[in-house]
Amino acid sequence: MREAAQPVLEVNGLKTIFRTRGGEVHAVNSVSFDLKPGELLGVVGESGSGKSVTMMSLIGLLPSPPAEVREGSVMFDGLDLLKCTPAQLRAVRGPGVGFIFQDPMTSLNPVFTVGYQLREPLLKHMGMTKAQANVRAKELLELVGIPDAERRLKDYPHQFSGGMRQRVMIAIALACDPKVLIADEPTTALDVTIQAQILELVKDLRQKLGMAIIWITHDLGVIAGIADRVMVMYGGQIAEQGPVKEVFAHPRHPYTRALLQTVPSVRGERADTLNVIEGQPPILRAAPSACSFRDRCTQRFGACAAANPARYDVGPGHDAACFWDFDTDAPRAEAPVKEAAHG
Amino acid sequence: MADGTQTRLPLLEVEGLKMYFPITAGLFRKKVGDVKAVDDISFTIFEGETLGLVGESGCGKSTCGRAILRLYEPTEGRVVLGGEDVLAAPPGELRAMRPRMQMVFQDPQASLNPRMTVAGIIGEPLDEHTTLNRAQKLARIYELMDKVGLNRDFANRYPHEFSGGQRQRIGIARALALNPKFIVCDEPIAALDVSIQAQVVNLLEELQDSLGLTYLFISHDLSMVRHIADRVAVMYLGRIVELASRDDLYDAPMHPYTQALLSAVPEPDPNAETSRNRIILKGDVPSPANPPKGCNFCTRCPKVMDICREVEPTFGEVTPGHFLACHLYQEAAVGAANSGANPEQSASLQDPNFQQGEA
Repeated sequence: MREAAQPVLEVNGLKTIFRTRGGEVHAVNSVSFDLKPGELLGVVGESGSGKSVTMMSLIGLLPSPPAEVREGSVMFDGLDLLKCTPAQLRAVRGPGVGFIFQDPMTSLNPVFTVGYQLREPLLKHMGMTKAQANVRAKELLELVGIPDAERRLKDYPHQFSGGMRQRVMIAIALACDPKVLIADEPTTALDVTIQAQILELVKDLRQKLGMAIIWITHDLGVIAGIADRVMVMYGGQIAEQGPVKEVFAHPRHPYTRALLQTVPSVRGERADTLNVIEGQPPILRAAPSACSFRDRCTQRFGACAAANPARYDVGPGHDAACFWDFDTDAPRAEAPVKEAAHG
Repeated sequence: MADGTQTRLPLLEVEGLKMYFPITAGLFRKKVGDVKAVDDISFTIFEGETLGLVGESGCGKSTCGRAILRLYEPTEGRVVLGGEDVLAAPPGELRAMRPRMQMVFQDPQASLNPRMTVAGIIGEPLDEHTTLNRAQKLARIYELMDKVGLNRDFANRYPHEFSGGQRQRIGIARALALNPKFIVCDEPIAALDVSIQAQVVNLLEELQDSLGLTYLFISHDLSMVRHIADRVAVMYLGRIVELASRDDLYDAPMHPYTQALLSAVPEPDPNAETSRNRIILKGDVPSPANPPKGCNFCTRCPKVMDICREVEPTFGEVTPGHFLACHLYQEAAVGAANSGANPEQSASLQDPNFQQGEA
């Protein structure tokens, strides 16, 4: 959207591993991206692709051990979040970065009223008095479209339906007016008609509040409707990244292409057989030394096993980590040449 | 795979099926009400076809699938499978019927015993219902594993060693073990990743073609149902609101709920998504313990009329093969003879992009 503006969030070479009994799992491998003010960045990928872990690493939400953020930097507001003390991080969470979790059922505390949970960030971060916080809490509930807000503040989470609970989660995340809002599969647990309500709400709130949003989902349809830019993750890395219309119209990574083809549609033409991505997602026991999608890829050739492709520019603000160049339908010049022979 | 429904033989007939769960209260567990999970639904599934059953969570679609197989004892109704009454059968006969009707469950993690090997899981129905000897049984297990695309070498492994998609294949092999005619697939792909879903759906379709299976495919994923089903039933709050052939339902949905449901599905196409006119329903699904008077959908319906809040619409055929429970069309169908009929109103409803009354 606003190309020239300074990014609000800059992630560089982020690497997160988990220590497990079976050895290390390299969940996030050298992920770099930035987020511009007011932008909505969609992050798609299958479970285990590292999309949630990446975002939780940013603001230190992963329990350590087993998680360990090994490398990288996350610049936000002149601070490297990965080098912050716990106290500094606490100050960033809320007013700086808000987080909406996937499951509104388990991420709200069942023994406190919704009003209490809404007031908590206001008292802690915004220095409000209880009376001020109460007024603001009511405003927030109204903002996210919960009717009869004043009375509902006294209700407990179980008295709300799934969609309403997710609205409460959004209200809590918005409480401190964050510069960046990270939403981790906020509509996955919801039904489609409720999802449609929440998506409308988010579009509306974006216009009103103008914050930058990172929206994690596995649903390409949701991304298509709301995102400015999309980032496709696979095997703990960014496979492809670019403006949403570009990526959907001209995907340049075989995984993105395959993903777009596997999803059946409710409108338009109906295909007789579904396209399939054969095989399983990789298990990330070591840092990748080759393309992690190669076993499932239809375009693979010798170079794919020889090195891990870098992200190559394929258009304005659009890059893909693949040795195959879909423009010329030939291997890239950068691909390791020796191995290309036995492809 | 056609919609010529009249010519083919019905395999399963469901008539007025009701499944109420009692609500109890107090020390003596006195019954104070009912959760009407499935409330008077009727449909037929023809041999070799797939009926998709769609709806949002809590609408009763899974309960319906389970009640048909008598995994619950339904409150009322009749279920006839291949000429035999499932609900009236005494336990012994029911047990003899079990091989013909099987189920694939939603969560492959929870529906496989973690302490049994794959061979044990797939072979268990054979132990119960057949008199095969060990060698024959193993041969059958291998045959089934081949059929669902599992490597025979994995027969002695445990479920936790498999991925979600493979686990679902184990569940499918178990369901196929006794050569069933009818399989209830209860959200078989909901727990799987997008790229794996297509694999499992293709497997189910291949098996249907090669073994002549009939499916009741329960799902909330409207796009996947459009892919796999021949006919589709839409449930809302315990009732079927619309049932039609796949193309009729997706191309020209008639019930306001079906229209809203279809319009709510986001499409992976940014250009279409930004320009599309969505019907956004307001509010939430009412509790099935206390459904609204009249039409169940009247609290959220953008086209609600006075009659909807008073009289429950009946479920009937409006055009051949297209069943519907909605006052808008019933009035139009009955014609101008009835007071309050307004054919134009229903005509305007067929426009899938109609605007919601109060946005």
